[in-house]
Amino acid sequence: MAARIWIFSVAVALFLSFSSAQDLQIVNAERRIDLSSHIVKAFLTLKVENIGKDPAADMLLAFPPTQIKHLSMVQAMAITGKKKKKTYLPLDVKPTEQPDAPNDTGYFLVSFATPLTLGETVTLEVLYILTHSLEPFPSEIAQSESQLVYYRDSAVILSPYHIKQQTTFFKTPSARVESFTSVDPANRAGKEIKYGPYEDRASYSYAPVIVHFENNSPFAVVEELVREIEISHWGSLQITENYRLTHGGARHKGVFSRVDYQSRRSISGSSSFNALLAVLPPKVNSVYYRDDIGNISTSHLRTGFKKSELEFEPRYPLFGGWRATFIIGYRVPLEDYLFEAPDGRRYLNFTFGCPLVETIVNKLTIKVVLPEGSKDPSAVLPFTVNQDLQVKYSYLDIVGRTVVVLQKDNVVPTHNVPFQVYYTFKPIYMLAEPFMLVSAFFFVFVASLAYVHIDLNIVKK
Amino acid sequence: MGAKKASPDLLNSSFSFKSLKLKTKQQELLLRVSILGLVYVLAFIARLFSVLRYESMIHEFDPYFNYRTTLYLTEKGFYEFWNWFDSESWYPLGRIIGGTLYPGLMVTAALIYWTLRFLRFFVHIREVCVLTAPFFASNTTIVAYFFGKEIWDTGAGLVAAALIAICPGYISRSVAGSYDNEAVAIFALLLTFYLFVKAVKTGSLSWALGSAFGYFYMVSAWGGYVFIINLVPLYVLVLLITGRYSMRLYVAYNCMYILGMLLAMQIRFVGFQHVQSGEHMGAMGVFLLMQVFYFLDWVKYQLNDTKLFQTFLRITVTSAILVGGIALGVGTASGYISPWTGRFYSLLDPTYAKDHIPIIASVSEHQPTAWSSFMFDYHILLFLFPAGLYFCFKRLSDATIFIVMYGLTSLYFAGVMVRLILVATPAVCLISAIAVSATVKNLTSLLRTKQKVPQTGSTKGVGSSKSSSKVTLDQSQPFQKNGAIALLVGVFYLLSRYAIHCTWVTSEAYSSPSIVLAARGAHGNRIIFDDYREAYYWLRQNTPTDAKVMSWWDYGYQITAMGNRTVIVDNNTWNNTHIATVGRAMSSYEDEAYDIMRSLDVNYVLVVFGGVTGYSSDDINKFLWMVRIGGGVYPVIKEPDYLVNGEFRVDKGASPKMLNCLMYKLCYYRFGELVTEYGKPTGYDRARGVEIGNKDIKLEHLEEAYTTSNWIVRIYRVKPPTNRL
Repeated sequence: MAARIWIFSVAVALFLSFSSAQDLQIVNAERRIDLSSHIVKAFLTLKVENIGKDPAADMLLAFPPTQIKHLSMVQAMAITGKKKKKTYLPLDVKPTEQPDAPNDTGYFLVSFATPLTLGETVTLEVLYILTHSLEPFPSEIAQSESQLVYYRDSAVILSPYHIKQQTTFFKTPSARVESFTSVDPANRAGKEIKYGPYEDRASYSYAPVIVHFENNSPFAVVEELVREIEISHWGSLQITENYRLTHGGARHKGVFSRVDYQSRRSISGSSSFNALLAVLPPKVNSVYYRDDIGNISTSHLRTGFKKSELEFEPRYPLFGGWRATFIIGYRVPLEDYLFEAPDGRRYLNFTFGCPLVETIVNKLTIKVVLPEGSKDPSAVLPFTVNQDLQVKYSYLDIVGRTVVVLQKDNVVPTHNVPFQVYYTFKPIYMLAEPFMLVSAFFFVFVASLAYVHIDLNIVKK
Repeated sequence: MGAKKASPDLLNSSFSFKSLKLKTKQQELLLRVSILGLVYVLAFIARLFSVLRYESMIHEFDPYFNYRTTLYLTEKGFYEFWNWFDSESWYPLGRIIGGTLYPGLMVTAALIYWTLRFLRFFVHIREVCVLTAPFFASNTTIVAYFFGKEIWDTGAGLVAAALIAICPGYISRSVAGSYDNEAVAIFALLLTFYLFVKAVKTGSLSWALGSAFGYFYMVSAWGGYVFIINLVPLYVLVLLITGRYSMRLYVAYNCMYILGMLLAMQIRFVGFQHVQSGEHMGAMGVFLLMQVFYFLDWVKYQLNDTKLFQTFLRITVTSAILVGGIALGVGTASGYISPWTGRFYSLLDPTYAKDHIPIIASVSEHQPTAWSSFMFDYHILLFLFPAGLYFCFKRLSDATIFIVMYGLTSLYFAGVMVRLILVATPAVCLISAIAVSATVKNLTSLLRTKQKVPQTGSTKGVGSSKSSSKVTLDQSQPFQKNGAIALLVGVFYLLSRYAIHCTWVTSEAYSSPSIVLAARGAHGNRIIFDDYREAYYWLRQNTPTDAKVMSWWDYGYQITAMGNRTVIVDNNTWNNTHIATVGRAMSSYEDEAYDIMRSLDVNYVLVVFGGVTGYSSDDINKFLWMVRIGGGVYPVIKEPDYLVNGEFRVDKGASPKMLNCLMYKLCYYRFGELVTEYGKPTGYDRARGVEIGNKDIKLEHLEEAYTTSNWIVRIYRVKPPTNRL
């Protein structure tokens, strides 16, 4: 009897702790999933209503376990105002754990700007980005074939809340769709597949669908990118980027024919790519593009006031599974990126992420090399990254330079936001290296003077 | 008081100002040092054309091997390097790197690298390798100065330094990026010679010791050390014959030979060859002869009886020659003394390689030298050289005899092989420098004495100049003055032409890395063909790490260094049979070649093809050498099968064997579909200017794996065998 009561009380406690979740419902949901590149972008518009008595301060977003691994980022915004006077208010989104998550569902917690009272509604716009979610099928293709991929998702939105009405749209890059799972009502018009509208789906509803379609956009995946930003207080930032790039699409099989590639470009190697675009800061100079065995001469730089664009080609076109490694280096003037904080510390303000357009970075490491003699480094970022400190020796260093290492996995272009590294530095250290050079020359001359004037002969001549 | 105090100050200051003015000797020293400094810098920067025009990169073929080994040395350390068994080349045989290379260059570069790193200059090893050659060229100019000073005077030394700094014959092998053994070897060669001449002149043990160490460095750096170990004994022999034997010579040669030999034997690649092989026997013979000479000298001193001595001399000399001859004969017969190598023979007899060793003859730099390349590489030095010889003979000394012998022998070898122009260059520069220096000195002294004569009158004129010259001066003063001026102007004109020519040659001919090809486009813009690196990088990134690549041996070093893949043969050419096997595969029909490739575990085949770009040093043009080398070992391959009426053709008139051999198929596979030039039929080969004869090529056992953007490098994958039912 006692045991039964105890179990009951636990159940009640659980129910109470979840009561906030139960008190919300989604009146209307629309999901648009953009499958046109290998970075899957999903835009979710939710109209949330509080039907409970207590004010709700936050709500949960649920993701199936297959997606949570590939989820690169989640952003949420609250929309206020009508059509033309819409204002967007960014909301705080954090990953959370739920104790009774069914089937390892992953959760993100969205905090409202103001708690919702009974009957109040709010319209949210959620953007989430998935990487490595398009599976090539067939997984190996020949040069003349086009690349087909699978995308797996659910026709209904996975949510811990009751959804009254919902629709999902999949946008494919071309009208060529081999097949898609039908969940009535579902239809396709050109590049768009529409699932829904579905009425009154209970919480945690799931209806798996597979879309099989053509996607020949460049599947440029940077397996590893190491960006080194070296601060020189003599007036420049030197940035060196080490790329390990691969084509993440269907593997190339069999022959590579140059004749076909150069003369029948439209049907041959349509999933391959041979040009990449990097968006670099304005006022960039001394740009180089090379690899382990020397310069690569196929690159063009366009500099502008807002940004510079470096258009470059790897040594060979990249087919599925082919790799290329290369280094891009450039220099930018210091005054645009280094500032002095009110408390006397200096800080570097630079862009996170990868300069290449439309690429996924599996592992990004940013190393900020502070000048020799810098102290108390600290990094400020809008999202969590692994941080570490290292020491690097460069030209004429004695104690070495402090390196702030920032490391993040699964990075997409949306992560290209500014971050700051604060440190303290005494300008007198700038003179250390010139002083060393001057004194070295001085000693050489003194030594030669001494050598000329001192007679080292044992026997006097 | 104030005035009194001031005056000594004023005096002092004027005194110190005067003392700042240099004496003539100091002025001369300052001039000399600054000229040398300028020449040093000039020699360095003249070699940087390729870095400025292209990039800081390694050139040609062999330097890539040197670069790869240097990289290994700096990463793994000396012992690992010394014991390195390289399984990436000569598959399946492999190569013992430590025992089959001259480590001098790599160790030098690694030492420079480690020193720089120790001084906190964190340079990349590639930059060190690229700049090693110019750095040593600069050092060579300093040695040339001292050498010139030793054999003639400081003026000749300065001229020699300036001439050698920009001489194309030397620049061709020492531009930035040409990271080859010769880069340091010429420095070592000249240093050894200089120190030896110095040792002979002074009879000092320390100079002889220095020379032995110079020789050791040379042995560690380049196989050309054989030239030293034969020239020095020859020189000693000539001195003995001309009756210039002295104690100085005895000390210098014995010390240099014994110590040099012991040191040289420490290099694993040389080892006991130094006392056992035919090329080194001359030095040993002369060494023994020196002892006989010394002994005879001693006996002569002891005997004090000419008649008795004459008989003794006769007996000793005949018995010495007899004993020596018997020892040599027995040694050769028993195999203890190895006979001369093919390379040595081909040096003495220019036609030898052509008949016996196709692998040596196939290399373009082993061809006999044409007159035009002498002119190209030496320019005015070619005319100054005989003049210099004249001056040398006029003032014969131990040192000038040496330089004359060095000049004449090396010039002979330069005539035999193009690449040996390099060895002759220092001698030619030194001898020409003597000619220039002596001429200019004579002319200016003519001008100077004339100026002095009217100024100082007869009182000083008698004292300063010789009376005889003064008499001639007085006789034809105006004519001589003008003549001297005209001649001086002529000399300076020639020298300036030389400088212009050298700069032009360096920038136009010797500064292209040959791995990156450049051409002028239709609009005058520069087009870069970077196909080699494209292909090698493709291999490096997109093939399995244990893939074996078969190509003609020229590209072996580059594939291992840049592509990081195992090759069947490479530029080391130590195993002729292995190369012949590859040559046979390339010149057989596809199914025969497939069996050979299967037996060698080949995964990829790489060919170089210039038909689209008009690049003429491709594999089709090298093909006859593959046939010859293959046929040298496997008589199945016969050269006439590939020729039509003794003519090598690739068009419709080509022989059927040619049109269906592997090399032809791989080069021209699907080339027949391509229009290369406007107004020409499809499959028009621009390198040879013909329409190809076989446009319908089917491959059975291979498939195209990659072709570079300008078709220069084509890579084929060898298919696994199909299942047999």
